Amino acid sequence: MLETHQLSFHFAAGTPLLADISLRLAPGEWLGISGDSGSGKSTLGKLLSGQLTPSQGSVQVDGSPLPTRGRRPVQWLPQSPELAVNPRWRVGKILREAWTPPDTLMAAFGIENEWLKRFPSALSGGELQRVCVLRALAPGVRYVVADEISTMLDPITQLSLWQALKAHAEHHQLGVIVISHDTALLNRLCHQQWHLAGGSLRISSTALKAP
Amino acid sequence: MNSQPRLVAAGYAGVFGLLVLLLLSSSLWLGDSPLHMQFEARLMPPSAEHWLGTDALGRELWARTLAGLALSFGVGLSAALLGTLIALSLASLAMLSPILDALVSLLIDTLLSVPHLILLLLIAFALGGGTQAVIIAVALTHWPSLARLLRAELLSLRNSPYVAISKGFGKRQGFIVWYHLLPHVLPHCLVGALLLFPHAILHEAALTFLGVGLDPTQPAIGVLLADAMRYLTGGYWWLGVFPGLGLLLMVLAIERFASMLRKAL
Repeated sequence: MLETHQLSFHFAAGTPLLADISLRLAPGEWLGISGDSGSGKSTLGKLLSGQLTPSQGSVQVDGSPLPTRGRRPVQWLPQSPELAVNPRWRVGKILREAWTPPDTLMAAFGIENEWLKRFPSALSGGELQRVCVLRALAPGVRYVVADEISTMLDPITQLSLWQALKAHAEHHQLGVIVISHDTALLNRLCHQQWHLAGGSLRISSTALKAP
Repeated sequence: MNSQPRLVAAGYAGVFGLLVLLLLSSSLWLGDSPLHMQFEARLMPPSAEHWLGTDALGRELWARTLAGLALSFGVGLSAALLGTLIALSLASLAMLSPILDALVSLLIDTLLSVPHLILLLLIAFALGGGTQAVIIAVALTHWPSLARLLRAELLSLRNSPYVAISKGFGKRQGFIVWYHLLPHVLPHCLVGALLLFPHAILHEAALTFLGVGLDPTQPAIGVLLADAMRYLTGGYWWLGVFPGLGLLLMVLAIERFASMLRKAL
């Protein structure tokens, strides 16, 4: 269970960007977060994955706070895959930094063996995003935060990416937090949905609608 | 890059390469001619026989100038490499923890606030002069500005998403610095070392000129210039002009090469 209890966050000496965020996500469940630009969606994603430290409250997985050392059980997938990889490493090395995925999973995500020898600049945004998603599915990862990962992709690539992630998540009881502006996407994917406004979570009109 | 700048760049690279080759091999073909005295030919002006003239002991100035440039080149190269190594090590160290970062920043700011020529003189003097003292003194006084640049570069890299993700995979700080950060700043180091190089050469000459540098028996540019001072009023202009011109040309060549490389990288 991924839980936050009265999570608050503010940048140095500022008014709180997020206040009293409490949410729960069971393994295998999908949670959608929407909200206007600047409402703090990405910041919430970074807090949930341990990229930022909350000003108050905590993020817990199965009752214990996120570890400061070792692999975090919650992984972050940022919007731009180009920034999420070391541009001087080949794709194979980028993947191996986290783990060596089996060939079946590589195929499920449409990643060709030949790509492993290339540098990130020689892959398209969609191809690189699939590499980044696969990298985050390493053993020990229980939840992933997908921050607008399909915004820049064409509809067909989007569909195949989400289908592959969904299949893997079902099989491995992986919890997924989807941050997106696209309410249609969230409606289709998520078990629960929240709308961020004014620094706190509001239940969305389509919330708790099972996919 | 269109063809003309490319040609100019190739020209600089060629001149620089030739210079390096000439200076590195000079000790082989110069032999002992920089030290060979001819008492029948003292203080001769430049002529067909004595290309750049001779000094007060009848030593050929062209041989002494070349040997001096080679010596300066070696000292400058060692000092530049040592200074770059110090800068890179301290900048990487600063990435490991906020306390180390504060300490390194303090050290950089302190050293930058002291006039470096005074520090240079003090260190060279304290170490007793000589080649090693000059190398160490120049390296110790010239790393801070490069270290500040490298630290800033490393800081911006450290905040990039892929480093954050690497941390999320449980990678240690040392791994991140070594594999993610350092390879990105190596080009900066190369250019930094090359820009430090002419500085180091000029300071070596200055220290030697002031008497706390290389040994007066060595044919260093600083020694030649200090010698020339004594004869300048006597009209023996070639003693100062040629070693000075040689130094100027070498520094200029390295400088141009370094700025070209900085633009290219």
